[in-house]
Amino acid sequence: MKFRANLLIGGALFGLVVIAGLFAPLLAHTDPVMGANLMNAELPPDTEFWFGTDAQGRDIYSRVLHGARISLTVGIVSQLINTVIGVCLGLSAGYWGGWWDDFVSGLTNLMLAIPSLIFALAIMAILNPGLTSLLIALGLTNWSFTCRLARASALSLKSQGYVQAAKVLGYSDVRIMLTQLLPNMLGPIIVIGTLGMGGAVLAEASLSFLGLGIRPPYPSWGSMLSDARDQITTAPWISIFPGLAIFVTVLGLNLLGDGLRDILDPQSRTRRA
Amino acid sequence: MTAQPLLEVQNLRIDLAIGNARFPAVQDVSFTIEKGETLGLVGESGCGKSITALALIGLLRPPLSLAGGTIRFNGKDIQNLSSAEMRKLRGNRISMIFQEPMTALNPLSPVGRQIAEMFVLHKGATWKEAERHAIEALASVRVPAPDRRVKDYPHQLSGGMRQRVMIAIALACGPDLLLADEPTTALDVTVQAEILDLIRELSAAKGTAVLMISHDLGLIANMCRRVGVMYAGRIVEHRAAEDIFRTPSHPYTKGLVASLPLLGARAQHGQKRLQEIEGVVPPVADFPVGCRFNPRCYAATDVCHVDDPAVTELRHGGYVRCHHHD
Amino acid sequence: MAAFLLRRTLQTLPILLAVALLIFLLFSVIPGTFASSMSDDGRSVIDAQVMERMNKEFGFNDPVHVRFGKYVAQLAQLDLGMSFRTRQPVAKVLAERMWPTFILTLASMIFAIAIGVPLGFIAALRPGSWVDTVSMVGAVSGLSLPKFWLGLMLMYLFALVLGWLPSFGYGDGGLRYLILPSIALGVAPLALLARTTRAAVLEIMNADFVRTARSKGMSERKVVQWHLARNALVIVLTTIGLQFGTVIGQAVVVEKLFAWPGLGSLLVDSVTLRDIPVVQGAILLIVLSFLVINTLVDVLCAIIDPRIKYS
Repeated sequence: MKFRANLLIGGALFGLVVIAGLFAPLLAHTDPVMGANLMNAELPPDTEFWFGTDAQGRDIYSRVLHGARISLTVGIVSQLINTVIGVCLGLSAGYWGGWWDDFVSGLTNLMLAIPSLIFALAIMAILNPGLTSLLIALGLTNWSFTCRLARASALSLKSQGYVQAAKVLGYSDVRIMLTQLLPNMLGPIIVIGTLGMGGAVLAEASLSFLGLGIRPPYPSWGSMLSDARDQITTAPWISIFPGLAIFVTVLGLNLLGDGLRDILDPQSRTRRA
Repeated sequence: MTAQPLLEVQNLRIDLAIGNARFPAVQDVSFTIEKGETLGLVGESGCGKSITALALIGLLRPPLSLAGGTIRFNGKDIQNLSSAEMRKLRGNRISMIFQEPMTALNPLSPVGRQIAEMFVLHKGATWKEAERHAIEALASVRVPAPDRRVKDYPHQLSGGMRQRVMIAIALACGPDLLLADEPTTALDVTVQAEILDLIRELSAAKGTAVLMISHDLGLIANMCRRVGVMYAGRIVEHRAAEDIFRTPSHPYTKGLVASLPLLGARAQHGQKRLQEIEGVVPPVADFPVGCRFNPRCYAATDVCHVDDPAVTELRHGGYVRCHHHD
Repeated sequence: MAAFLLRRTLQTLPILLAVALLIFLLFSVIPGTFASSMSDDGRSVIDAQVMERMNKEFGFNDPVHVRFGKYVAQLAQLDLGMSFRTRQPVAKVLAERMWPTFILTLASMIFAIAIGVPLGFIAALRPGSWVDTVSMVGAVSGLSLPKFWLGLMLMYLFALVLGWLPSFGYGDGGLRYLILPSIALGVAPLALLARTTRAAVLEIMNADFVRTARSKGMSERKVVQWHLARNALVIVLTTIGLQFGTVIGQAVVVEKLFAWPGLGSLLVDSVTLRDIPVVQGAILLIVLSFLVINTLVDVLCAIIDPRIKYS
């Protein structure tokens, strides 16, 4: 029964964020960047400014809604890049073996040795801050789990009868990988992707908080928080709402990932708790 | 005054819970074991023989649970004992050997220590004394160089050696009853006979009764005087071992006997080919109405699809559960 | 055991070298990074002569493979180069920042282990109970909390509203300054350890050898003490080792928030200022410490689990 609760609550939370992101222009009260009005600076939440206003007098509610677009874009796109890289490398390494497998395994070990936030930070150091750089930095640094999984699955699947049969029938390697192997490992890969999306949202927020991701005045939740630090004594609400938004998004994705794992990948309880 | 049997099992029922529903995985199972006797339980995997043994030693875990019947051990009902009282019996008076010697021992603990635990638990020995007893116990199951082997970890021993360690553990406290659940199935054929001989010899020496569980009718016939044949959670035929072979009564038993490779004289004028019983044991939630064997039975008639057959006593002892028994 | 330690150490060397190469290549992709960034930011414009002089001074005119060769040769002598900004040796800069990061990481892992592991254990021993439900809901929430936001909230509550603890800084290095940052950093590994421990214990609970232990007539307490705990410990230790890496990485954010003078805030500042030698050195040091910790964990695991040495 519990997995249904995970899935339902997770889906609901994530759905809420998706709706907020998709309809942000309709739901927002003011323009998130241009809506500054110093007359309204640091107002606490009320009926007009639901989440209060920041130091520039911008409506935090509107900025949080627009922040969902950035977080979702980064989360989804970077995780797609990671998944494609991980699946391509892992699948081919497991299927072909040989020096290619050694190379990919070495590369995976290398990636695992560098904490992913540090690696993303290093990439951001040579790129200019901004959305594209973030997508590159986060999309290139978190594929090792997917790669390992795809490799292990390919290794165990390639000796199966139906794969051997496809080989005998003269299917090309790429066709076998895509039509025979990939569908049989999709479940766990989706699970890792979902959980990784939560990680990417957190990483985006962290980098933006450090001033190395999305730069102000664009309303990334992380950069909103780095602004908010200076006003924590006088206007704590500036900090509370963007942080809650990150929390809700990541919690939704984590619950969704847990719920999906119970359905799609039931035997992997300890692989990555 | 007749001697009291060591173990009397009556109408044992074990339920399997799936969601909120409960299904009888074992039902109406009754048998007795005399002191020092070896009783065989034979059947395909999934017939309920292993969980019957687990019930006897009080180790059923959810989703399985004891749902009825009595287990009388040494004249005392033990099915409702508190867990503390049960622990005093378990390992001490009733012990068990499992199928997989690979996984049944703790991989991170030296085997000597795993044997020694028995003496600490039940005999109040200190660890030092217990270690010494463990060496003796290893010697008794004929492990060479026992004083060195006690320090070995399970992964350093072969499958046969590990099963010897399991036997040493099970017999450490000289129990009244040994439950041997497929003790040789996972082993090489050459090792199997050695292990069986060891069990037979040691249980005879200590007067330990044995419940021998196997899917291998040949092995059971070799080890036991009486045999219960289980199918889909029931004992369908219960007889002396030689009768089972000579005049099997239940169609399922006949199938089992026919599926054995025959050697010697019987092979020459017996069947040429091995027979097999078609189909598989149904899952617990899908037991058929009427006789549970009816979907696979060559003799099944209308009555078998409606009525669950009752127990019929046979003339030369034993019983069978079939509408069309011989 | 010594042979095992040696083998594991030798295994980490190629990884360290590969990391050095990767980091080196990463910063060689854009030539003259330092100089161009100086002119980009609009504050300090460098004329061509100065740029040429600096390129010469830092050896940027050599081909990439020559520079990497030099770099590795220097690394072997623990010479990490000179900071672009302060002109101090990188090794010296790093050495000053190591200690605060070390105690912060250690304190948050101790916090995480001391609470997370027992919590996971208790939850697994009573699956479905309120302890289990509450701690697992708490764990998934803890994993979803952004560390810097949690830190900010802790700072607000305990430093600004209640006034119990200093709000930021290293102070005299005393415990009072350590508490808030290590909680902010430790909550995520705590949550993950609770979940891993619970999953490991539940899995081992169903192992055959636990059934054997029960069949010996052991109380559940002894089953746990004698058989379950050691087996679970191997899994938990491995997770702890891996979590160290994540925590060192995440320390960047927490150090920055609490103005903690460690490697993390040095790294962020150096990235912002594009002080590449310091960035390279800091990353190498972080990876090195992560590898060292994991080698130690592997040795610990091999002591507990005799099978590991042979595989």
